[in-house]
Amino acid sequence: MEKHLKVSAIKNGTVLDHIPAEQLFKVIDILGLSGISNQITFGTNLDSKFLGKKAIIKISDRYFESDEINRIALIAPQAKINIIHNFEVAEKRILSIPSSIKGIVKCMNPVCVTNHQPIETLFTTITDESELKLLCHYCEKITDKENLKIISNK
Amino acid sequence: MIKSTKSNKYMSRNLISIQDFSKEEILEVLKMAAGFEKNPSQPIFRDKVVASIFFEPSTRTRLSFETAANRLGARVIGFSDAGNTSVTKGETIKDTIKMVSNYADLIIMRHPLEGSARYASEISPVPVINAGDGSNQHPSQTLLDLYSIQKTQGKLDNLFINIVGDLKYGRTVHSLLQAMSHFNPTFLFTAPEELKLPNEYKEYLRKRNIRFEETRNLADGICQADILYMTRVQQERFTDAIEYERVKNVYSLNNSMLEGAKSNMKILHPLPRVNEIALDVDNSDHAYYFDQAKNGVYTRMAIITKLFS
Repeated sequence: MEKHLKVSAIKNGTVLDHIPAEQLFKVIDILGLSGISNQITFGTNLDSKFLGKKAIIKISDRYFESDEINRIALIAPQAKINIIHNFEVAEKRILSIPSSIKGIVKCMNPVCVTNHQPIETLFTTITDESELKLLCHYCEKITDKENLKIISNK
Repeated sequence: MIKSTKSNKYMSRNLISIQDFSKEEILEVLKMAAGFEKNPSQPIFRDKVVASIFFEPSTRTRLSFETAANRLGARVIGFSDAGNTSVTKGETIKDTIKMVSNYADLIIMRHPLEGSARYASEISPVPVINAGDGSNQHPSQTLLDLYSIQKTQGKLDNLFINIVGDLKYGRTVHSLLQAMSHFNPTFLFTAPEELKLPNEYKEYLRKRNIRFEETRNLADGICQADILYMTRVQQERFTDAIEYERVKNVYSLNNSMLEGAKSNMKILHPLPRVNEIALDVDNSDHAYYFDQAKNGVYTRMAIITKLFS
């Protein structure tokens, strides 16, 4: 049977595959994709053997620094990053969780100073347990994965 | 939550969290505090101005810091009610700190927002002392607790410390157990189910091989204790008013409960107390909470001196 791509191929750029479907718009926010002029195609709720439902994003003529792309590891640690040159996969990248997270995430402590004053949030990532947790540099409280809210990066 | 304790020789410029001070720095402050207790009037900072900015009410902390600064010869400026300042006009913490640091050589700050002191220390070109940021940290209280423990027991090592009351939200409790973890203590945590010590702190102690047990019964740990550290059970922490009524009486210490206590045992309390220590305890040889508050002046003189030098 002929196989059709649900999201058409790009000539050059970056493909982010295996994003959990429910995290698609958070990934778009974290990478600030809503504010760039490159061609972007995406699909969501696509069938996936691993995730059940997945999303995919293809961004033409845009490449990301490791620091930039690793930020999505917070919400989509199993995402696959493919760098495309002339319709071929030129490089595969593996995400790694950064040791600190600046901006992007809101501290879940309602009385943290970062929720009341114009301050960029800063967290240390804690991964010594099975679950990812973020330790706020300011209020010293933990923001866990269930309470992780992304600050839009426009 | 718990940051790893500093162990290097880097000298602290600010005092924001008790973990900003290494064990050596803690001992250095306690040694200096003992010197100030022997000779409390040492006007060595006559050329300095200290800003005491309290965005939240305080009795002991503000007065003892200001007394400490005055005894060191420094002049004190500041406010104890943010209602009289530009904060009411919407001034940010950043602008307030920038402005105050133009006037003063050191800033002592209390603010209801957690993390505000850390933020202030990053903005300020002069040292910042955290005099309490919400329920987060209150490191000068911890240092005066340590000074009181050392003074009454003659040592800090290998003590049995029974901490009673609100172990869930009490900031002094969390900072105290972190600071004492340098000195191989044995802890007994006495608290109602609703106010038990959070798991993250138990994990912190386990990683450091520090012995601890938990109980709900106040009578359990009085006989073995070297230090009985009482804290206030705060009504606002309870969703069930009846449960609060039950608990508040359970964690009320009276003189008859002290009969089997060790002769060296001292009762500490960060104050203010409400029901948790009956008035008949005040005359007991074990009562130390008012002396503890007095020790705050010497300890804070030591903290100011350390940050100025």
